[in-house]
Amino acid sequence: MTEPPVLSVRDLIVEFPTRRGTLRALDRISFNIRKGEVLGMVGESGAGKSLTGAAIIGLLEPPGRIAGGEVHLRGDRIDSLSPEAMRKVRGRRIGMVFQDPLTSLNPLYTVAQQLVETIRTHDDVTEAAARARAIALLDRVGIPAAARRIDDYPHHFSGGMRQRVVIALALCAEPELVIADEPTTALDVSVQAQIIDLIKEICAERGASVLLITHDMGVIAETADRVAVLYAGRLAELGPVRDVITAAEHPYTQGLMGSIPTLTLESTRLVQIPGAMPRLNEIPTGCAFNPRCQQVFARCRTERPSPIERPGGRQVACWLLSETTAEEAHGGTALEGRGPLPAL
Amino acid sequence: MEEPLLKVEGLCRRFDISRPWLNRVLEGGERQFLTAVADVDIAINRGETFALVGESGSGKSTIARMIVGLLAPTSGQIIFDGTRLDGTDGSKMRALRKRFQMIFQDPFASLNPRWRVGDIIAEPIHRFGLLKGVAVSHRVGELLDTVGLSAGDADKFPHEFSGGQRQRIAIARALSSKPQFIVCDEPTSALDVSVQAQILNLMRDLQDEMGLTYLFISHDLSVVRHMATRIGVLYLGRLVETAESKTLFRSPDHPYTRMLLDAVPDLELSGRRRQQVDGEIPNPIDPPPGCAFHPRCPRVMDRCRIEVPKPVPTASGAAACFAVESVPSPALGGLAKVRS
Ligand SMILES: Nc1ncnc2c1ncn2[C@@H]1O[C@H](COP(=O)(O)OP(=O)(O)OP(=O)(O)O)[C@@H](O)[C@H]1O
Ligand SMILES: Nc1ncnc2c1ncn2[C@@H]1O[C@H](COP(=O)(O)OP(=O)(O)OP(=O)(O)O)[C@@H](O)[C@H]1O
Ligand code: SF4
Ligand SMILES: [Mg+2]
Ligand SMILES: [Mg+2]
Repeated sequence: MTEPPVLSVRDLIVEFPTRRGTLRALDRISFNIRKGEVLGMVGESGAGKSLTGAAIIGLLEPPGRIAGGEVHLRGDRIDSLSPEAMRKVRGRRIGMVFQDPLTSLNPLYTVAQQLVETIRTHDDVTEAAARARAIALLDRVGIPAAARRIDDYPHHFSGGMRQRVVIALALCAEPELVIADEPTTALDVSVQAQIIDLIKEICAERGASVLLITHDMGVIAETADRVAVLYAGRLAELGPVRDVITAAEHPYTQGLMGSIPTLTLESTRLVQIPGAMPRLNEIPTGCAFNPRCQQVFARCRTERPSPIERPGGRQVACWLLSETTAEEAHGGTALEGRGPLPAL
Repeated sequence: MEEPLLKVEGLCRRFDISRPWLNRVLEGGERQFLTAVADVDIAINRGETFALVGESGSGKSTIARMIVGLLAPTSGQIIFDGTRLDGTDGSKMRALRKRFQMIFQDPFASLNPRWRVGDIIAEPIHRFGLLKGVAVSHRVGELLDTVGLSAGDADKFPHEFSGGQRQRIAIARALSSKPQFIVCDEPTSALDVSVQAQILNLMRDLQDEMGLTYLFISHDLSVVRHMATRIGVLYLGRLVETAESKTLFRSPDHPYTRMLLDAVPDLELSGRRRQQVDGEIPNPIDPPPGCAFHPRCPRVMDRCRIEVPKPVPTASGAAACFAVESVPSPALGGLAKVRS
């Protein structure tokens, strides 16, 4: 029997009950993360990236709740655990790195206190042994003079150094999975690269898988093995990074890739996707992307496309790729770079 | 050669960040100053897009705010179309002011939420007394149309629009006094990439149609590459390098520019190992002596620790670095090979 994936998310639904009805913020999201793999998750603001991470680690803020689906960590179901059991999973089996390092660090305790406590709640070791391990880890994440700095408080560190401390904290219990939600967004460009490299290297060393959430496609390109593209709470496309970036199959991903200015290409005109991602209470029926899609056809407006398996382990949720509708979709025109300004 | 549209010479801005006087007396402590901008020289030609890039705190917004008159320089001059802005007064100044406008980063904060969109856009028209009566609403309708909205949107309030649409409104307002020069401070940083593409395309179209000149501020090098004809790179308030966009990306001269280019994750998928970038930006209150970049610089020499380097001419601009000075045209490094 093959080993189960480190993380398996199946048909995850997250809803927010409101006075004016229920908002569905994640709608049947499915993906796996394999051992040692970095899965990138991209999408525009509000696409549901952070909610996906929060739902997996049981930190959805009420009234948000998982309304369907399952989450398995190495075969163990974790979406229906008690808060107490979930807290254990979070510390020990899943490490977390957030955009703002101060959400993970307690300002009232020294770095040593926080690291030693975390290590000791998960491993039966002496205080001295835990401290030695903590120093080694701080040294590994690039804190200069770790043995001395370990007794400093979080606010004594610069932004980049704090994020290194958070990475040490996320990894000190040797988790199987690290969820990093925009870990470099708050940092300076020159520091971002250091932190991304660090996360990638240290997780590889320790065999931890990574769910890397970011809106920065460049970070994904350099870091992830596979990428999941979210749109309006749904999975639009998932596949190996290179394939998705160089030959996207979903019209949304195609537009998204073309709309990103790059360092290497001469400044041609950027691809424009008309309009903007809908709010949760305005998601159209059928394919959520249909009002902005240049290749839309009748079926897209009535029926929602499920992810379709494609060669190379790709999944694309678009009717254009369904055999049953191939003829109907008389291959509309591809997204055009030049052209009149779109109506909004 | 034609006179630049905007010239900035020796621009400096210090902020007094001392604790209140009484605290200083009671608890001791010196007066403290933060130099946000030091000795900046810029010349922007008509019809070009000059970009300022730099990491957070490098002084980009401070320069923008001094140029549009929202903040007084500590020293230095700003010369617009041959006229010094500081010595000029009254009506002449008004006439000058309407020729330049500013677009801010935050399309939510920069529009008055209680005003209708039409009034927001018409505000510069009224302020400069450009049009009266129905001509105003006619012009507002035109402007909305220009930025890809519709005349009917004039009656709505800002909260009824998405982030990208609000930035279009801000652009329409900036255009309403028919300016020649627009300072854009991170105009797309708050927007999603697909919406950013719409706004960047719009800004370029408007530039082509109206012959606008832009000072374009961003921390995103890819965006800058897409928009700029020339680029100035700031580090801790000083301009470390200026160059034509193409040259800068192909063969940066200043070690900091190289480092910055190397640090940017890109879509190119070359699999290149990035150069390890060391260190972080020092505290601006107490910057390193000499060249402020010296503690992080791979080419540091003794001199860099003591003297502040002056800009020296390079292939298409200038760089303030002793290493560049001693090797006037450095061989293209590994970076350049990967990128070309
Ligand atoms: N407490 C809440 N009540 C109602 N809706 C919410 C709540 N929290 C999040 N949402 C909605 O859920 C959607 C997904 O939010 P999420 O934070 O996952 O986005 P994201 O992809 O992480 O975006 P960003 O890039 O801005 O971080 C958004 O439309 C958001 O408005
Ligand atoms: N009113 C002020 N009082 C004190 N210090 C200030 C003031 N305005 C700016 N500064 C300081 O001046 C420096 C330059 O700030 P500025 O806002 O110009 O940077 P920036 O390059 O625009 O950064 P960002 O990318 O974060 O917008 C910073 O160190 C900042 O803290
Ligand atoms: S399903 Fe239809 S509307 Fe949706 S992306 Fe595919 S073609 Fe476009
Ligand atoms: Mg988020
Ligand atoms: Mg700024």
